[in-house]
Amino acid sequence: MGINDLYNQIIVENSRSPHHRHAVGGATISLEGVNPSCGDDITLQLRVKDGIVQEAGFTGEGCAISQASTSLMIDLIEGKTVEEANQLAGLFFGMIKGEVTGEDELDALGDAVALQGVSHMPSRVKCAVLAWHTLQDALGEQA
Amino acid sequence: MKNLLNEFPLLAVPENGKRLVYLDNGATTQRPFAVLNAVEEYYKKNNANPHRGVYDLAMRATDAHEGARAVVAGFLNAEPDEIIFTQNTSEGLNLVAYSYGLEFLKAGDEIALSVAEHHSNLVPWQRVAKATGAKLVYLYPGADGRLTKEEISAKIGPNTKVVAVAQVSNVLGLAVPIAEIVRRAHEMGAVVVLDCAQSTPHMQVDVKALDVDFAAFSGHKLYAPMGVGALYGKKELLEKMPPFLSGGDMIASVHEQSTTYAPVPRKFEAGTRNVGGEVGLAAAIQWLTALGWDEIEAHEQALMQHALAGFAKLPYITVYGDAAPQGRYGVISFNVEGVHPHDVATILDADGVAVRAGHHCAQPLMEYLGINACCRASFAVYNTIADVDQLLESVQKVRGCMGFGDQ
Repeated sequence: MGINDLYNQIIVENSRSPHHRHAVGGATISLEGVNPSCGDDITLQLRVKDGIVQEAGFTGEGCAISQASTSLMIDLIEGKTVEEANQLAGLFFGMIKGEVTGEDELDALGDAVALQGVSHMPSRVKCAVLAWHTLQDALGEQA
Repeated sequence: MKNLLNEFPLLAVPENGKRLVYLDNGATTQRPFAVLNAVEEYYKKNNANPHRGVYDLAMRATDAHEGARAVVAGFLNAEPDEIIFTQNTSEGLNLVAYSYGLEFLKAGDEIALSVAEHHSNLVPWQRVAKATGAKLVYLYPGADGRLTKEEISAKIGPNTKVVAVAQVSNVLGLAVPIAEIVRRAHEMGAVVVLDCAQSTPHMQVDVKALDVDFAAFSGHKLYAPMGVGALYGKKELLEKMPPFLSGGDMIASVHEQSTTYAPVPRKFEAGTRNVGGEVGLAAAIQWLTALGWDEIEAHEQALMQHALAGFAKLPYITVYGDAAPQGRYGVISFNVEGVHPHDVATILDADGVAVRAGHHCAQPLMEYLGINACCRASFAVYNTIADVDQLLESVQKVRGCMGFGDQ
């Protein structure tokens, strides 16, 4: 895998995209996720009502992989039920661990499939999964 | 400098078809055959538990252990009984913090340290401060990363009992004005604890000439195996300090309710030591110093100048600390505008260039510099101008790779 496959256009653009970088009005939960060894640090805010993730946003800093992953995750989970959001996180972890590789199976992840290259880069796995672990923890606290 | 790469098996073999350009020497160096062979030789021919047996093999092991101590002593211009073998710099600094700091500091005393300290020379002192009620006082470098005389005079005062500084910062690569610090500290009645982890690989360190009270370094940053290092302490200080770890081989006699301790340095060396590592450390010191300090410094300075001149031509690169190569040893920390250091390191790695990215165990310095992290290229005697050229070539790909259209 070449370096441009890892840093593909979707990741590069989403790593700097501002569209989810904001506080969420009426947020029902706010949770910080940190990778202490490398300094990736995001705060995820969610407004969950009637079991639906109505809106999500984040602030923070980190590498392109961590920031793009957070932004792509939010694209995906807004409007989904808590259960669906958790299922997507499970599917994402499966992709990053290299356990789920089928194109059809991964279809539900949408553009987040652009992060599949990380499954070949053990040193960057933590960056890719930070947002998704934070999401699961946040949804767990919400429940 | 002659080409040394063939003396380093890890560097001589291409990785994934690419030559490894290893520029993370500030984290750990590679080891030459001279070291690897010395360790193997010890385990093949001389291995027993030193100081314990009367048989010939145990005597040879004792000779290997004490012989290595003599080599380390010579390296620092100390006496052998002022050298304590440790695992690494961290253990040496912890030993001083616990055995000296906890014993002799009290509420109201001050511990002066630079904000650029590695966590190893900072966290133990925080713990001492918490336990004793002493206060931590930080020295801050100027905009060029260098400590001024004014800052030294302002922060080291009559209440200062310990001054803990790195001779060379592991992030800035700059040497501190150690003569000035020692003079001021001693005038105020404080002891100086010198972290030599980043200085011993790059310059001759003479503890007598520097007149420091303690000095610690690691073998693994000095071409020796991991898990061995040394602490120097002035003998009169070591003698009045209580032991750090206690147990086997550090005692004179043990009774049910009391113990008397072995003389220094054995008082501080509890349990079976890493003699194979010590032999490797002695071999590394002999291998390195045989190259000659003038030649080592000239070669590493040339690498540094070449890298700094190359970085200066790239407007999107920020180098931390005075970009003049004078007084800079082995380390250049930098960032690429708009790109996180971990992404920079991953992109360089694709070209076989290994640099460190992160906070470098110096989070207070990162805060002071106003950054979360940075990249660090750090050099060793075996690096070449071609290595620096590869670094400069690869770093110019980074912004393009991350979608910035300026190249």
